[in-house]
Amino acid sequence: MKVEIVGGGPAGLYLAILLRKLDRGVDVRVLERNAPDATFGFGVVFSEETLGALRDADPETHLEITDTFARWDRIDIRFQGRELSSRGHSFSAIARRRLLEILQERCREVGVTLEFGVEVEELPDADLVVGADGSNSFLRRFADFGTKVRPEGSKYVWFGTDHVFDAFTFAFRETEHGLFNAHAYPYDERMSTFIVECPEAVWRAAGLDGMDEQESLAFCEQLFANELRGRELYSNRSLWLDFPKITNATWHSGNLVILGDAAHTAHFSIGSGTKLAMEDSISLAAAVARRRWDLGAAFVDYELEREPYVQRTQDAASESAAYFGRIASYSGLEPIQFAFNLITRAGRITHSTLSVRDPQFTRALDSWFGGRPVSPPPAFSPFELRGVRFENRFELVESAVAVSPEGRLSPEDDARPEGKVLLRLTHAGRRASTEPRYRGVDLPLANGWPVVAPTKRPYAPFGPPPGVPDEHAVLEAFVTAAGNARAEVLELDMAHGYLLGSYLSPLTNDEDDRLRFPLQVLEAVRVEWEGPLAVRLSVTDWHPRGNQVDDGIAIARAMREAGADLIHVEAGQTIHDDRPQYRRGFLTALSDRVRNEARVPTLVGGYLTTLDEANTIVGAGRADLVLLDLPEPRIERPLKLGESALLGEVRA
Amino acid sequence: MPGATGDLVLEWARRADAGPFSSVAVLERVVYDSYDPFTALAAAAAATSRVRLATMIAIGPLRSTALLAKQAASVHALSGGRLTLGLAVGARTEDFDAAGVEHKGRGKRLGEQLAYIRGDVDGDSVGPSRDGIEILVGGLSGQAYARMARYADGYAHNGGPPRAFANAAGRALAAWGDLGRPGKPKLWGQGYFAFGDADRGSDYLLDYYAFTGPFAEKIAAGNLTSARAVKDFVRGYEEAGCDELVLFPTVPELDELERLQEALA
Repeated sequence: MKVEIVGGGPAGLYLAILLRKLDRGVDVRVLERNAPDATFGFGVVFSEETLGALRDADPETHLEITDTFARWDRIDIRFQGRELSSRGHSFSAIARRRLLEILQERCREVGVTLEFGVEVEELPDADLVVGADGSNSFLRRFADFGTKVRPEGSKYVWFGTDHVFDAFTFAFRETEHGLFNAHAYPYDERMSTFIVECPEAVWRAAGLDGMDEQESLAFCEQLFANELRGRELYSNRSLWLDFPKITNATWHSGNLVILGDAAHTAHFSIGSGTKLAMEDSISLAAAVARRRWDLGAAFVDYELEREPYVQRTQDAASESAAYFGRIASYSGLEPIQFAFNLITRAGRITHSTLSVRDPQFTRALDSWFGGRPVSPPPAFSPFELRGVRFENRFELVESAVAVSPEGRLSPEDDARPEGKVLLRLTHAGRRASTEPRYRGVDLPLANGWPVVAPTKRPYAPFGPPPGVPDEHAVLEAFVTAAGNARAEVLELDMAHGYLLGSYLSPLTNDEDDRLRFPLQVLEAVRVEWEGPLAVRLSVTDWHPRGNQVDDGIAIARAMREAGADLIHVEAGQTIHDDRPQYRRGFLTALSDRVRNEARVPTLVGGYLTTLDEANTIVGAGRADLVLLDLPEPRIERPLKLGESALLGEVRA
Repeated sequence: MPGATGDLVLEWARRADAGPFSSVAVLERVVYDSYDPFTALAAAAAATSRVRLATMIAIGPLRSTALLAKQAASVHALSGGRLTLGLAVGARTEDFDAAGVEHKGRGKRLGEQLAYIRGDVDGDSVGPSRDGIEILVGGLSGQAYARMARYADGYAHNGGPPRAFANAAGRALAAWGDLGRPGKPKLWGQGYFAFGDADRGSDYLLDYYAFTGPFAEKIAAGNLTSARAVKDFVRGYEEAGCDELVLFPTVPELDELERLQEALA
């Protein structure tokens, strides 16, 4: 049995060690294009979980690795002249060069052949060929892996520094060109990794596109002189880059298998690249052992085991990359909320998990929200909107009423619910005159009434073609309904392709000033209704020719300026065949952008099924109020006859 | 599947009806040695009296809307109202080519078919009555979830480990709420099993799913080949909120049904 591994990074070397340990009868060779001591990048990060896996897989290297580790448990966030710390986050890091030394040494010990300075130009001839050759993998060319590469996040550059940080440090620095941020962490007793990042527009405005390596280093050194405490930045081919997100539909073909960055990358801002790569090696070696070198079966096991985990990590990394791309919009947040938003950016840490890691931090956040030293979590904090006080962030109950018979969805009435009511004034437009929703949605009534919209096309198949709206009558109807309304919050329905919503979208309205009529209605109702006024908005049409999120944010801003107190964030349904993206909390990211970019309070639902989600969303400033879909708790079941009889006997 | 004679299929349905099972289900493929789903269910209707008869799934856009509606309504009427009509757009262009139907636009056509079957747009001129047909929609795109929530009673998942089902169920519930439907969608899942000759079962899956390329191996690796595996799978699906779980045989032998029944007892 002969194994050829292309790429002498952590994934390739570690796999070589594990395969030789598995079977000393196997020839394992690693081919690396660079010299043994050439390496790019400075330190790499591991989690406790990964360390456990490394210990189980090869105690010898684990011992060496942990011996030179830098360890810390704190995240420091330096923002607007303040530094906030959160504890309980176990990190470890090691110099990439040291890690490679340890792995190379161990390779020699177990009898792996290492060849450096070898440029592989064709597919090696072996029983098992491994592509551990990084994000620009050469071996990927030899089969159809369904590779996709697209840039994500901002521009970034990777430096080292001899200032030894004592925590994972996120620093933010405002300049005349825009906001820069740095990610810094120690990796041994002398050095730290120091990554500088900014959106491409900021990068160009600062002239970094025209600077050479030394100039950009000097620029960053000066910018973050405070964080570096006067120490230097070190360059190692430190050029500004775009991060390539790489995915592959499959990770094997015939006797060729790929792993690590060749198979998948995860944005550096969650520090998981090396961890994922070495976990791949462990999984693949374990599958080969389990399947006794039946490679086809081992590859399937390896993919089935790793794929869900890798995908979750890549999703979290993309969230994190996008977060740093829009970081400037959070500059209005209070430092404590800014810090909580940052810590929870990738969806992996929530209010409840953080309260276990760092109860002090969540207590500080909760008391900032509650205004008292001891306060309940953010979702239970009070909130005030135009003189109406809410006891908590989830007590609002939705209710809807059509402003006119023509605007009814179907011939049924909603009763007024109990509690703090948000009364939605709606006109269904071309979605009117349909069967009740327990049967389905947008099913036209056989004997319905005429519908109206700014477009002549029906909403759904078999729907009636809409007539022209009588805008004067519609406006009057909204104003009258507002005058008659009894509710804590009044809401104008401008979402989901209903009448006012269909005015807002280029998919359903050809006029240039698409906000004209919706704003007229808002302004007229604003005069009639003195209480809190919400606007329900489809922030994106989920369609390439419709409103995009940026358009939705601009509309939200216009609504706020015209007197809306709250934006109820929705998405899609502007047209029947849009391309929605459903999942738990699918509206949260949109609400975050509307709230922080249009600077307006938001209400958001989108299938939120836990109080923890509410605490995290409200705590991080992604929304002010939430609509929860709490499921019935399933903790109790009736005993079957036999069981209760038995219980009776025991008692007797 | 190849080797499933008419006798075998009907006896399978008969025993399922007599046993502890709640539904018998068929899937659809044109270019393969398999039965037409509605014909098979019509035959099963005559051999059974209790179980629901389900397409899991049928490829709606292969048929014209009125014919699809008529076939479904016929099975529904002939079975005394026991049809669960699972529909999706299908995954193979060759089925569309063989049926002489455009592959492009299949999603839009499925939407129209659902609106027609669920709605009242033909004044009941195409009988028998479609009232009470339980409709499921399958597919993993956002559009599929929206179609499901807009027109159907539930969601038909395409198989995989329980966590894949749980993920899809979350999306289905999110879509259901987004479209303002009251209550919850019915959640149907599926899996494959082989007790006797596991290799034969896996070979069948590799062959059946060859069109998916490397995914065929993963599907075959998920074949449930022991009582323990079936039990764990059922428990996992139960915990993920599955209302009805369809277990498809991969070896065409009656003994497989007996052993499935034992495993679930």
